[in-house]
Amino acid sequence: MLRKKWTFLASMMALVLILSGCEPLLVLDPKGPQAERQASDIMLSIGIMSFIVIVVMVILAVILFKYRASKLPDDYEPPHIEGNHIVEAICVGIPVLIVAYLSFVSVQSNYIVESAPVGYEEQEPLVVYASSSDWKWHFSYPEEGIETVNYLYVPTDRPLEFKLYSYGPITSFWIPQLGGQKYAMADMVTTLHLAADEPGEMLGRNANFSGKGFAENTFNVTAMSQADFDDWVQEVHETAEPLTESEFQELLEPGHLGQMTFTGTHLEFSPAPEHNHDSETTDTEADHSEHSSHDESHTNEETDHSGH
Amino acid sequence: MEFFQRFAIPHPSPAIYASMVAIALVSIGIVVGLTYFKKWGYLWREWLTTVDHKKIGIMYLLSALLMLFRGGADAIMMRAQLATPEAKLLDAQHYNEIFTTHGVVMILFMAMPFIFAFMNLIVPLQIGARDVAFPRLNALSFWLFFVGAMLFNISFVIGGSPDAGWTSYFPLAGNDFSTSVGTNYYMLAIQISGIGSLMTGINFCTTILKMRAPGMTLMKMPMFTWSAFIANVIVVFAFPVLTVALIMGTADRLFGANFFTTSNGGMDMLWANFFWVWGHPEVYILILPAFGLYSEIISTFSGRNLYGYKSMVWSMILISLLSFLVWTHHFFTMGQGALTNSIFSITTMAIAVPTGVKIFNWLFTMWKGKIRFTTPMLYSVGFIPLFTIGGVTGVMLAMSAADYQYHNTMFLVAHFHNTIIPGVVFAMLAGLTYYWPKFFGFMLNEKIGKTTFWFIAVGFVLAFFPMYITGLDGQARRMYTYSESTGFGPLNMVSFFGGALMAIAFLLIVYNIWYSFKNSPRDIGSDPWDARSLEWATHTPVPEYNFARLPQISSSQAFWDSKKNGHVLFKGEIEDIHMPNNSGVPFVMSCIFFVAGFSFVFALWVPAVIALIGVFVCMTLRSFEQDHGYHIHAKEVKETEAKYGEVLNNEDRSRATSRV
Repeated sequence: MLRKKWTFLASMMALVLILSGCEPLLVLDPKGPQAERQASDIMLSIGIMSFIVIVVMVILAVILFKYRASKLPDDYEPPHIEGNHIVEAICVGIPVLIVAYLSFVSVQSNYIVESAPVGYEEQEPLVVYASSSDWKWHFSYPEEGIETVNYLYVPTDRPLEFKLYSYGPITSFWIPQLGGQKYAMADMVTTLHLAADEPGEMLGRNANFSGKGFAENTFNVTAMSQADFDDWVQEVHETAEPLTESEFQELLEPGHLGQMTFTGTHLEFSPAPEHNHDSETTDTEADHSEHSSHDESHTNEETDHSGH
Repeated sequence: MEFFQRFAIPHPSPAIYASMVAIALVSIGIVVGLTYFKKWGYLWREWLTTVDHKKIGIMYLLSALLMLFRGGADAIMMRAQLATPEAKLLDAQHYNEIFTTHGVVMILFMAMPFIFAFMNLIVPLQIGARDVAFPRLNALSFWLFFVGAMLFNISFVIGGSPDAGWTSYFPLAGNDFSTSVGTNYYMLAIQISGIGSLMTGINFCTTILKMRAPGMTLMKMPMFTWSAFIANVIVVFAFPVLTVALIMGTADRLFGANFFTTSNGGMDMLWANFFWVWGHPEVYILILPAFGLYSEIISTFSGRNLYGYKSMVWSMILISLLSFLVWTHHFFTMGQGALTNSIFSITTMAIAVPTGVKIFNWLFTMWKGKIRFTTPMLYSVGFIPLFTIGGVTGVMLAMSAADYQYHNTMFLVAHFHNTIIPGVVFAMLAGLTYYWPKFFGFMLNEKIGKTTFWFIAVGFVLAFFPMYITGLDGQARRMYTYSESTGFGPLNMVSFFGGALMAIAFLLIVYNIWYSFKNSPRDIGSDPWDARSLEWATHTPVPEYNFARLPQISSSQAFWDSKKNGHVLFKGEIEDIHMPNNSGVPFVMSCIFFVAGFSFVFALWVPAVIALIGVFVCMTLRSFEQDHGYHIHAKEVKETEAKYGEVLNNEDRSRATSRV
């Protein structure tokens, strides 16, 4: 048994060293409010769960040490014990309390990450349509009239609202340091709320397996001040070529591309699949009633459809 | 020539050609060997046509071990490819095929037959029955599983392996994005073996409900039988969902239906929902019998009755109900909104409570016991802390907001391997060592067995714990490579090293079987472990009729009570024993299923239709067949019993003690 304990100790040591070491792990190094909430949930659950693991291990170690056959007299006959209601109630009660507490935190976090980021509720969000095709990301800025491929510029201190969909297999849009991922699918649009607190470069990728080119299906994210962002928008309008429909169709062909910049967006000739399921007629009305009752106006299109 | 081109591998490599040659040589070797040693008749009479639950169990066991090596070879290739950044061992396409087949083979063609092996071997013995309720159906279940597994495995030499992940999410798995026949193989092979699993479910539910020995009420069943019962109830409810989903997927791929496509009104996430409505209960189908095995083993080697029997039963019932209420946690990130996620987050975490109860019950079973560290016990003791870690990381994943960060990463991969390997694989290896003497008449070597345990336990920790860290560092699963700047390299190298240790452990298992076959003594009696439940109350190896006289049960550990407390298990005279006849139909019918499956994979409609007609012909013939089985006469039984001599002595001994 000693050997196993040592292995365990060694691996725990390694874990602690790496966790506290030079480079913080991406997910635990948040640069925005959503990722921060998720990181704090993760650390909280690691803490509680470590406690449970340690308790189980200590009980196990004590029992194995105390009741191993080599240590007991030859004529020792283990007793017949059916069970004990109090002991079993404790074994149910404590896990129930822990699960109840974590459920409470989890539900709270769900509503937080599914709505505008905390501290940014008042501001008008920057809407970016992020669509994937094999194996690229297309970012359309409808307000700015800009489209980029495989890179994303975002202003800091402003809520970001990503509208996700896919020209192909299901993909998952993920910028670990800004917040968790969400699926992009071909027949509906999902919404992901993020925000960046500080300027800097970050990694983004498709996290959901989508075929041969999946490993390289990444993009770069640069967060910058609103002023720098405005400068960039202006620069793009001065230098970049407009995106044409035929060119966009070429971009959709399977393969890998570098970073590209265009003026105009593909939304004009190839709109996002936002309301293509059924009746278009009562959209506005239904949306209003739906939203006022849910108080989460942009969470997802799926609820909207089921409301019709 | 054009006709044959469809059978070519779309993306060949030297390794695949080498495998083709190896498969051809082994097949020729088997045929030549069987002919040379004149074993065809033996093979047909004793194995291909058998309906004996013990022989079927042994065939499941061998198939499972075979598939363990197939899936293990996939695993070690993946770890080798990821051990260093930008490695060139495998390209993206091969890596995709390998992780797909690894998942399918390990879950459906390794873990499932492994648990079915133990159900077949143990359940009839534990309930004091002579066979299962429908012995011929049982043979059909096995052969359907077997041809399903074979159909799946030939994909990599004929036509190409599936490459859309073991979850085979549409639209990636649809014709637009998976152009080879690989996914057809996936749909049809799993369909065929899935039908077999469904039949097993029905068979064992009936067996356990209707065929228990006199006196064995439900609450006096041994814990493994309880776990097998609940697992089979889940099979009966969950597998039809898979069957329907696979039919729809097949229709999409072969007939241009649009269930899961993104155009013409299809819904891509519908497949994901169906898949996990089956898929999540499926993991409990695997883990519950494993829990049952641990219960038997821990109780035996602690020398104590199982603590909290009733709460063990109720916790399993609760787990089985909850298992159908959590499937959405596999895609919290689909965008279904905070409310839905909250509900499924809570139901998922709730499973931790009954599971925790079981962990504590095992701990309290050892408490005040007399613990013997045999190989099966080592696996069980290793299981408790490692599975607890797997369980608590499951609770972490159940926090849906945080799951947005864990989803699709190596953290998730670490979690489910951390539950399946210490949970299911350790249990299977423990069970293998524990029950080996019952069915083969000799013990596996303890020294090699314990060494194997240490290799596999240390290997497991080194292989999978680093993935928790790389997952939190942003390493997505299913990436065939990564750049050096990500910093994933060193930890992936540790994983590869751990994987190598596990590979050594699996080779040691084979070596142990061979070594013990050569060297272990054969005079081990019928109860080498000093065990407690009914399967040890008959001879070793078990005679074909299991029990000469049916046992009379008065507690959940009937055998222990007969040894220590003077209960009389066997009363009355030996009578004629009614046994089922062997039948070649299950084997033949399954072969026809194989032809049908293969023809569907390649859209060869004429043979497909002919084969399907053949299946129905088999079924029709069966319904007109008069088969009343046969009797083993009391005289023969007595002769056989005299050869063993031991159970009768046992009984005398317990009679003697009861008189005192």
